[in-house]
Amino acid sequence: MQIIEDQKTYDVIVVGSGAGGGMSTKILAEAGLNVAVVEAGPFFDPANPEQQTQLKWPYESPRRGAGTTRAFGEFDMAYGGWEIEGEPYTQVGDTQFDWFRSRMLGGRTNHWGRISLRFGPRDFKGKDRDGLGENWPIGYEDVKPYYDKVDKLIGVFGSKENIYNEPDGFFLPPPKPRLHELYYKKGAEKSGVKVMPSRLSILTKRINDDRGVCFYCNQCSRSCSVYADFSAGSCLIFPAQKSKGQVDLYVNSMVREVSVNEEGKATGVLFINKEDRKEYSLKAKVVVLAASACSTARILLNSKSKAHPNGLGNSSNLVGKYVHDSTGSDRMAFVPDLMNRKIYNEDGVGGMHLYSPWWLDNKNLDFPRGYHIEVWGGLGMPSYGFGFNPNSLNEYLGLKVGGYGNSLRSDVRKYYGAVMGMSGRGESIASIDNYCEIDPTTVDEFGIPVLRFNYKWSDYERKQAKHMHDTFEEIIHNMGGIVLGDKPGADQDYGLLNPGRIIHEVGTTRMGSDPKKSVVNEFEQLHDANNVFVVDAGPFVSQADKNPTWTILALSWRTSEYIIQELKKQNI
Amino acid sequence: MDRRESIRSLFLGSMAGSLALESCVSAPAEDIKASVWKYQYGRTPQEAAYDEKLLSTQFFENSELNTITKLANLILPPTAEGTIEQAEVPQFIEFMAKDFPSLQTKIRGGLMWLDHHCNQHYSKVFMNCSEDQQLETLDKIAYPDPKVKEQKQEVNFFSLMRNLVLTGYFTSEVGIKELGYQGNQPNVWDGVPSDVLKEHGFSYDEWEDKFADPAQRNDTAVWDDDGNLIS
Repeated sequence: MQIIEDQKTYDVIVVGSGAGGGMSTKILAEAGLNVAVVEAGPFFDPANPEQQTQLKWPYESPRRGAGTTRAFGEFDMAYGGWEIEGEPYTQVGDTQFDWFRSRMLGGRTNHWGRISLRFGPRDFKGKDRDGLGENWPIGYEDVKPYYDKVDKLIGVFGSKENIYNEPDGFFLPPPKPRLHELYYKKGAEKSGVKVMPSRLSILTKRINDDRGVCFYCNQCSRSCSVYADFSAGSCLIFPAQKSKGQVDLYVNSMVREVSVNEEGKATGVLFINKEDRKEYSLKAKVVVLAASACSTARILLNSKSKAHPNGLGNSSNLVGKYVHDSTGSDRMAFVPDLMNRKIYNEDGVGGMHLYSPWWLDNKNLDFPRGYHIEVWGGLGMPSYGFGFNPNSLNEYLGLKVGGYGNSLRSDVRKYYGAVMGMSGRGESIASIDNYCEIDPTTVDEFGIPVLRFNYKWSDYERKQAKHMHDTFEEIIHNMGGIVLGDKPGADQDYGLLNPGRIIHEVGTTRMGSDPKKSVVNEFEQLHDANNVFVVDAGPFVSQADKNPTWTILALSWRTSEYIIQELKKQNI
Repeated sequence: MDRRESIRSLFLGSMAGSLALESCVSAPAEDIKASVWKYQYGRTPQEAAYDEKLLSTQFFENSELNTITKLANLILPPTAEGTIEQAEVPQFIEFMAKDFPSLQTKIRGGLMWLDHHCNQHYSKVFMNCSEDQQLETLDKIAYPDPKVKEQKQEVNFFSLMRNLVLTGYFTSEVGIKELGYQGNQPNVWDGVPSDVLKEHGFSYDEWEDKFADPAQRNDTAVWDDDGNLIS
């Protein structure tokens, strides 16, 4: 085997270009450091007309938006999905963990829901509340200054609500609710469920001259061509390239392992160039891993050396352990009051305008932790699947279902915008028994040993999902709607989706002050190698009922400042 | 090789393939060429190559495509708003059968069932039946019973065709226009129109000052130390 060595030594190599890697690249490059970003997918710029899917019509594609090549439909901006050809992963026993990967500059930030919630004071100290899991070694007060900076740098709309565990930030003004969201509010408030403007990283107002302002096309999942949503490429990597440091982008480059010297300190990374399928080595003083929680665990576990026989950072045997995703379950409703609606442009931003944060006290409940409720519906753009079962709702009106002829045209029109849905997204309890590990029997097409998952939901999560459906049904009745589908029972885990489906997997390199019980310290620095950092969601001790991105960004900023400091002091 | 070059070479590849193709199906090379160049929407090179491969082959026999077109026209007869042909529904169904191979046997078998049924009852294949006979046939398969879990295969076949025809129509240019969808264009959202709000008994009054003011959207945001927006 011949490895092609680059003679240059970078200050820092950043592996991955999503939220964590993008933020780290920006902060480090602005401090004047030479940074190499190694990304497994191709270069991507949402403003490039050759790559742009925003504002395309379904009929511009022969499959009208169907999801053959991309899991969320072919216009969605994630190159990848739960299955990627040539990049398998395996499962232990009857585990069904679904692992979503997006191979492109900016990673999954190009298509995500932009739900940008701060963890609150309680979210960092879950064990104090119910004795389950572990507390973070840091608290809200440590992260708050960085949340504030992220708000101002990237932009997030929302409203000040003065709720203790849903801290307010520096918000842009939120958009007015859509009609079905007002129905939701009416129904939810009757049940005592709090409803408030959502908090999404979409620019409803200008924040600087490099980025445009939202023009309300509803397509943030396609990544915004005027950079009015947060995508890590357009909002972090591109600005980093213009800053005083030097940023070299290595795209289509799949990192295999972190290389180390005799003393066990990192010297750089080894990667495979997907175009020529050759192995390359890059050198740096510091390695920052931001490949996503599970990919980072895989790289660490594959980085075996004399100094780290168990894999890098794995003296505790905890790399890959405690992986946990958000809980999730969904329900749909038919709202007869929304039949035969007047049609107007209701696209709005690429996500909900209202949502419900967790509103209850667990003292009176049979499960720990909470969930938030997302709401969806409206007069959206048709795509593949629109018009399926055009009059199945006739059943509820005592009319005949099926048929043919031009009455179908009016059926489609009648029910357009009359169906809405709710999604619960909650906190699961991290468990040492849920883990990913290296499968010694399987490699991917680059010859890299793959991950094997072992994951079981517990009754904590099942009972939470059951509660979600009880709540959904109550809200739907309150707003005069009809619940669609049967209530999922115990045989279906009460509708709890497979782990991995919510794409919030975190916890594989957990943070802590005790090197025996954690992988990184409070600055996301490996206990076992002080020049290796993890800035994706791996260090999350617990996931909260919040989406992880805003916390990834805040912690990555905090860690990057620490790296700059430590380099200056010549400590690393 | 840049992307344009790579598309061109893919296309040349398909020309060579289409010579063989012409002998067994009637899709002329010109049509394939037009369809390959028609769809440009931010695909990766791999996705473009896959689409090009599907577009340069034909799954259904021409006689099957004729039956599909007839069936589609019975499901959604032409109106002044739009027709099955304008919405390119038969081409869409042909493409989807290659894109989702699991559809192939269901549709092909269902079309055979139609002919078998018509042979039994009218001693003619479906296409040679009168429209009354064709509709009489559809009446037997167009109404699934919502209370029954397992529908007969011919009922499932018709439901599948109805789904494909409707989604093909309403994702087309004429279909979207008929539906009245107003979006997919730059605009400024300032809430539900007031007449609609009123009709549904809602108002923004209780929280008006919280929301985005379209007039100030281009002023750069400035906050005070407490996070209050001051510009």
